[in-house]
Amino acid sequence: MFETLSDRLTSVFSSLRGKGRLSEEDINATAREIRLALLEADVALPVVRSFIAQVKERAQGAEVSKALNPAQQVIKIVNEELVEILGGETREIRFAKTPPTVIMLAGLQGAGKTTLAGKLGRWLAAERNTPLLVAADLQRPNAVTQLQVVGERAGVPVFAPEPGNGVGDPVAVARASIEQARRNNHNVVVIDTAGRLGVDSEMMQQAADIRDAVQPDEILFVVDAMIGQDAVNTAQAFLDGVGYDAVALTKLDGDARGGAALSIRHITGRPIMFASTGEKLEDFDLFHPDRMASRILDMGDVLTLIEQAQRTFEEDEVAKMASTLASDDDFTLDDFLQQMAMVRRLGPISNLLGMMPGMGQMRDQIGNVDEKDLDRIAAIIQSMTPEERRTPKIINGSRRLRIANGSGTQVSDVNGLVTRFFEAQKMMRQVKAGGGMPGMPGMPGMPGALPGGRKKGKAQAKKAKKGKQRSGNPLKAKQQEAERAAERQRRREEGGDQQQMPQLPPGLGGGQLPPGLGGNGVPDLSNFKLPRK
Amino acid sequence: MDYTIFAVIIFVVALLVFGGVFLIRPRRPEAPPKAPPQERGGGTGTATAEPEAEAPPEEAAGPVVAPEPVPEAPPAPEIEMPPPSAGRLVRLRARLARSQNALGKGLLSLLSADRLDESTWEEIEDTLITSDIGVTAATQIVESLRTKVKVLGSRTPEEVRGLLRAELLAQIETDQDRAVRTEPHAGVPAVVMVVGVNGTGKTTTTGKLARVLVGDGRSVVLGAADTFRAAAAEQLATWGSRVGAPVVRKDEGADPASVAFDAVSRGIADGVDTVIVDTAGRLHTKTGLMDELGKVKRVIEKKTPVNEVLLVLDATTGQNGLRQARVFAEVVNITGIVLTKLDGTAKGGIIVQVQRELGVPVKLVGLGEGPDDLAPFDPEAFVDAILGDADQ
Repeated sequence: MFETLSDRLTSVFSSLRGKGRLSEEDINATAREIRLALLEADVALPVVRSFIAQVKERAQGAEVSKALNPAQQVIKIVNEELVEILGGETREIRFAKTPPTVIMLAGLQGAGKTTLAGKLGRWLAAERNTPLLVAADLQRPNAVTQLQVVGERAGVPVFAPEPGNGVGDPVAVARASIEQARRNNHNVVVIDTAGRLGVDSEMMQQAADIRDAVQPDEILFVVDAMIGQDAVNTAQAFLDGVGYDAVALTKLDGDARGGAALSIRHITGRPIMFASTGEKLEDFDLFHPDRMASRILDMGDVLTLIEQAQRTFEEDEVAKMASTLASDDDFTLDDFLQQMAMVRRLGPISNLLGMMPGMGQMRDQIGNVDEKDLDRIAAIIQSMTPEERRTPKIINGSRRLRIANGSGTQVSDVNGLVTRFFEAQKMMRQVKAGGGMPGMPGMPGMPGALPGGRKKGKAQAKKAKKGKQRSGNPLKAKQQEAERAAERQRRREEGGDQQQMPQLPPGLGGGQLPPGLGGNGVPDLSNFKLPRK
Repeated sequence: MDYTIFAVIIFVVALLVFGGVFLIRPRRPEAPPKAPPQERGGGTGTATAEPEAEAPPEEAAGPVVAPEPVPEAPPAPEIEMPPPSAGRLVRLRARLARSQNALGKGLLSLLSADRLDESTWEEIEDTLITSDIGVTAATQIVESLRTKVKVLGSRTPEEVRGLLRAELLAQIETDQDRAVRTEPHAGVPAVVMVVGVNGTGKTTTTGKLARVLVGDGRSVVLGAADTFRAAAAEQLATWGSRVGAPVVRKDEGADPASVAFDAVSRGIADGVDTVIVDTAGRLHTKTGLMDELGKVKRVIEKKTPVNEVLLVLDATTGQNGLRQARVFAEVVNITGIVLTKLDGTAKGGIIVQVQRELGVPVKLVGLGEGPDDLAPFDPEAFVDAILGDADQ
């Protein structure tokens, strides 16, 4: 897997600290990394090129600020540039002077038009409109039925005169729907059209015919956030074929980084208006450019994480968690079990971790986190008596054996868990005492170094972990080994001057990025090529 | 709100610490409990008379194998008789040639330049990246092509083209069987599960696959285990009724595992050849839904092993496709990939990475909305089409 851009850039810049000004070499050195990061995020190649040119121009000779290291500064520029492009001009739906306002949806098959129609209908209705959904997808089997069901769920009337499944003329349906809306006083008409390919000239013509028949006030191009390099072709084809005024990005609840948003915005200049973030009808929102920027750069998305947490957790649960943390009692295994269950409700652990900024080097390990391991941990804890959970200190050899037998694990697993638990408990105490979060063993990505003594455990844990991901290729393994050594060295050095702890991993805004530490997965740079200008 | 942030972060962190216990420990070789390898139909099977070598059922047959005898028409009069699978490949070539020529042409014109300099190579790499092959794979292909060109001193376009073809082929080649295992074994129908994220074309693929099988004279039962999306079951029912395949379905919101179980039970009771279970689209990031999918599979396996789990990937999918495939592979142990919507401008290069990382072969490709636009994946044809010499 790949590291976050900030980590990569930090590794590029590790030798360049303390320069007064960003030199051209500095910028060129980062350009390739930025390019890679953007490509991994599925930003289309032409867009990447021109974007980088833009960034370079801006970065040229920019003052090096005292607060940020060069890498952070470049990222800050990239991030600002991204937000600017993505959010340049946000706008609302233009309502027609004389109702009904006609909104037409167009896009590839499977982009999520029908679902989006329902969501849009619901959203419009909530804004005190009286929308009408029109089933003009007569192509796909039962698309009409689907829209009817969606409309019913959303509480929005659906106009579906034709049964679909290849029968009927969508243009006629669209035309008739306007009349229908006028008669029944609907002030917004949302026309769901069939999915079509950009290269299918017949279908594009049909879409253009629908457009000409109803003269929509807004045409929304619905696109899947997972789309890859093809985004540009498709976006352009639809722009030429039907034309559209804005874009709706769907399936943002997945872990696709959604570079398509940038590509489309860049190529067509059309703003992204809506973001659809889930399967339920209410998972629909206006688009937030700043979050998208962080997402594309894979800088971790703390805001999303928090939102997700807020959606998932009840308030009293949070209050309870908070009180557990605030109370003077020690953190017990019971608390841990409870919290683990709560956190797991947020989704796969690896995803959550991926959302934390600065977790770049942990990618491999994160990728390896198996949910089953967590089940096993839960099983171990559940095999303990309440007394043991409260005071794990009493767990002696025979208790360990019993627990291991009870949970179907090995004694060594129980041992490991208990030892780790004590460490975590110590950390929690520190947190309570200091109110800040000290770095964590085994978490090199977190900013802030540990106070002295802990360092050793950390290095060991790290070493052990890495041992098993050594590359099969001896040369590569050797190289990785060297990198690791360098990294350890650097970490030791940094330990000294980074005592104070930023409040929170900043993640957003690019203001203060977690410095991270160049990771073990640094791309092979022996073949360093600079992108052409 | 501050507190929430704080709390959440700590929990995640604490979890990691504990997770670490198990990460350090060498992983148990816990290969997904594979069902005891079922004897493949060959000898015992009833309907399948193909020799083992051709066991790649219908699809893999390709133009080389004589088309299967046309089966007797199913009962109902309005039922269409889809054409047998043979000959589909010809269309595949034609379509790919049409949609993907840009890549091939671009590459070849680059390669046939007089001098292969740094920027040419980089451009080749860029071209590959544009087809969603991914930065790593693209770099690798270019590197190895470069080395070969250097070693062999190739200069003529033909030579270089041949090398490129070989290189691309090597990337998507696998020694695994690309046949979809749909033949019944020991009187028990083969079970095929179709999984994937939302909107990749699972239901359509299920419908098309049923058509292919019916066209080859098999009997099929469809299980509409997509009980979530509005009207998904109807969509499948429409497909089923076109070819006369019964569809087992329940109300919206029903437990998909129970639908799948019923479908398989019905398949066994009716003695059909294949049961195809269509599942609801789910994003791989939704744990709950992925668990549900795992359950569907487990429940089916109470009756009979699942022979084939097909992951449907959309050709337009970018780098996220790899993550999808990884998660699905973990949950349901996918055995094959169906690449859909290949008739557009998208190149579907992501399969190169997916295949390489997971070792799961691409088995079928979807080439359009037409009911018969499903074809077996043939790497040679695929690469040839990419390189634009489908007609040679």
